[in-house]
Amino acid sequence: MNKLRLIGIATAAGGLLGAAAARAEDLVVTATTAVAAAAPAAAAAAPKIDTGDTAWVLISTAFVMLMTIPGLAFFYGGLVRKKNVLSVLMQCFMIMCLVSLQWVMFGYSLSFGPDVKHVIGNLSWSFLHGVGPEPFADYSATIPHLAFMIFQMMFAVITPALIIGAFAERMKFSAFCVFIVLWATIVYDPVAHWVWGVGGFLRNLGALDFAGGTVVHINAGIAALVCALVLGKRLGYPDKMSPPHNLPFAVLGAALLWFGWFGFNAGSALGANGLAASAFVATHIAAAAAGVTWAIMDKIFNKHATVLGIITGAVGGLVAITPAAGFVDVAGAIAIGAGAGIIPYFFVSFLKPKFGYDDTLDAFGVHGVGGIWGALATGLFCTKAVNSAGADGLFYGGGLAQLGKQFAAVGVTVVVALVGTYVLLKLVDAVFGLRPDEHGEKVGLDLTDHRETGYTMLE
Amino acid sequence: MKYIIAVIQPDRMDEVLQKLNDKEIHLVTVSTVMGRGRQKGVATVYRSHKEAGSLLKKIKLEIAVNDNYVKAALDAIITAGRTGEVGDGKIFVLNLEDCVRIRTGETGSIAIG
Repeated sequence: MNKLRLIGIATAAGGLLGAAAARAEDLVVTATTAVAAAAPAAAAAAPKIDTGDTAWVLISTAFVMLMTIPGLAFFYGGLVRKKNVLSVLMQCFMIMCLVSLQWVMFGYSLSFGPDVKHVIGNLSWSFLHGVGPEPFADYSATIPHLAFMIFQMMFAVITPALIIGAFAERMKFSAFCVFIVLWATIVYDPVAHWVWGVGGFLRNLGALDFAGGTVVHINAGIAALVCALVLGKRLGYPDKMSPPHNLPFAVLGAALLWFGWFGFNAGSALGANGLAASAFVATHIAAAAAGVTWAIMDKIFNKHATVLGIITGAVGGLVAITPAAGFVDVAGAIAIGAGAGIIPYFFVSFLKPKFGYDDTLDAFGVHGVGGIWGALATGLFCTKAVNSAGADGLFYGGGLAQLGKQFAAVGVTVVVALVGTYVLLKLVDAVFGLRPDEHGEKVGLDLTDHRETGYTMLE
Repeated sequence: MKYIIAVIQPDRMDEVLQKLNDKEIHLVTVSTVMGRGRQKGVATVYRSHKEAGSLLKKIKLEIAVNDNYVKAALDAIITAGRTGEVGDGKIFVLNLEDCVRIRTGETGSIAIG
């Protein structure tokens, strides 16, 4: 999320003038950066709540909530074997509960609270102390601070939930709960602060991340790869695995993710304005382009366009457009979407089997690889014609400067996610043990960890 | 008394049941089963991961008949179940020792029909 204050008003360009001129003007967004020293006098006045902006952000918050449960829960739940479906749904649900509590207790304060040496927020906003119904202008001048806080909460929730895709079917529930709270605190909160918090060093660097390509997707994707490597393969992988137990569930989940992503990306404009509309369009088009591209790749390499393929592609497109959504035009969105149908495809189809790691549901292949592509592609396709608070990328006359900043942000995120996740997993493994015993894994986590089964054979 | 077990193509089930009905054979137990024969299975692919898929979905019919209905039953299944392709299935005919109608306690031939 570009947490520059976007007092965005699309200028109502009268009539259809020259096509090019009208197009540029439609999307003009006036912005004042929070760190700008010379803020206009008007902006210094007491911030006033805009009801339209507030309504949009609250609705977007609900959209993003829907992405984790039931969206991601059913996307992942449909892809595992019957005996583990409940464990995945349970993990998504539990993350919603745990991280929401963590967020109001101290997570929000660590991420967005008053800066400490550009690396972390302090604890003065613990239990939402001082976070109230009036706006906090450094993040969002026109909506209640509480609305901003809970919108951000849903991002903090879905990020660890994405990692489930890597360790699904083989992580003990107790270890899972501890790991998630630690990861949200030790990895997510600092990275969120660096990229979005006032004073965060990546934010000061000028790397563009509209809705969380680095903080959410690269962060979770790299953590996923580490989980897959540290936990090791599932018993029987890769030769003795069953196909997804319920692809229609996965389709339902992917469609809900797509729907929720409008809140994720367009909501990140933090206002009901032209920038939100622009991000909305870019988000949708990138998903469409990626879905088609993956289907074509499937047709070429596997002879058939598959359902699992098109939904994987669409999700990959949504991942890739996330950092770019508010900075690219529709041509950029199509290019980023198409790239997300090709690059993750090769990772999932060819490189994963070659390396032999068991990323159960391709959390790294889709979110890590797609996220890195999207973050770098933002430096290629961003344009000030869409968002004057952004920058011009390589293909829009801006040279390599922005791409360099994007590389830096990706590099930092990759390193911290790699190291942080590894250390936390080793710690949790030493204290609790990460994996169930062999019998428990064979029986399935539904019975082993929850004493329930998803489906009855006899009534 | 004979016990007939037939494994047939799922898409021939309606025709086979109709044909049996035409020949006054109304009592039949149907199940969906997985099986493997000369047809082999259909390979599926999930994110480019290929599943060999050695089993195929089939329909299993179980029919208990008196001796004078055996030929009619076999004819019905063969004529309605045949497509001429590999995978049309098999019919097994077993001797049946006894049969009991639970509602009345009747046994033997009279309990079958």
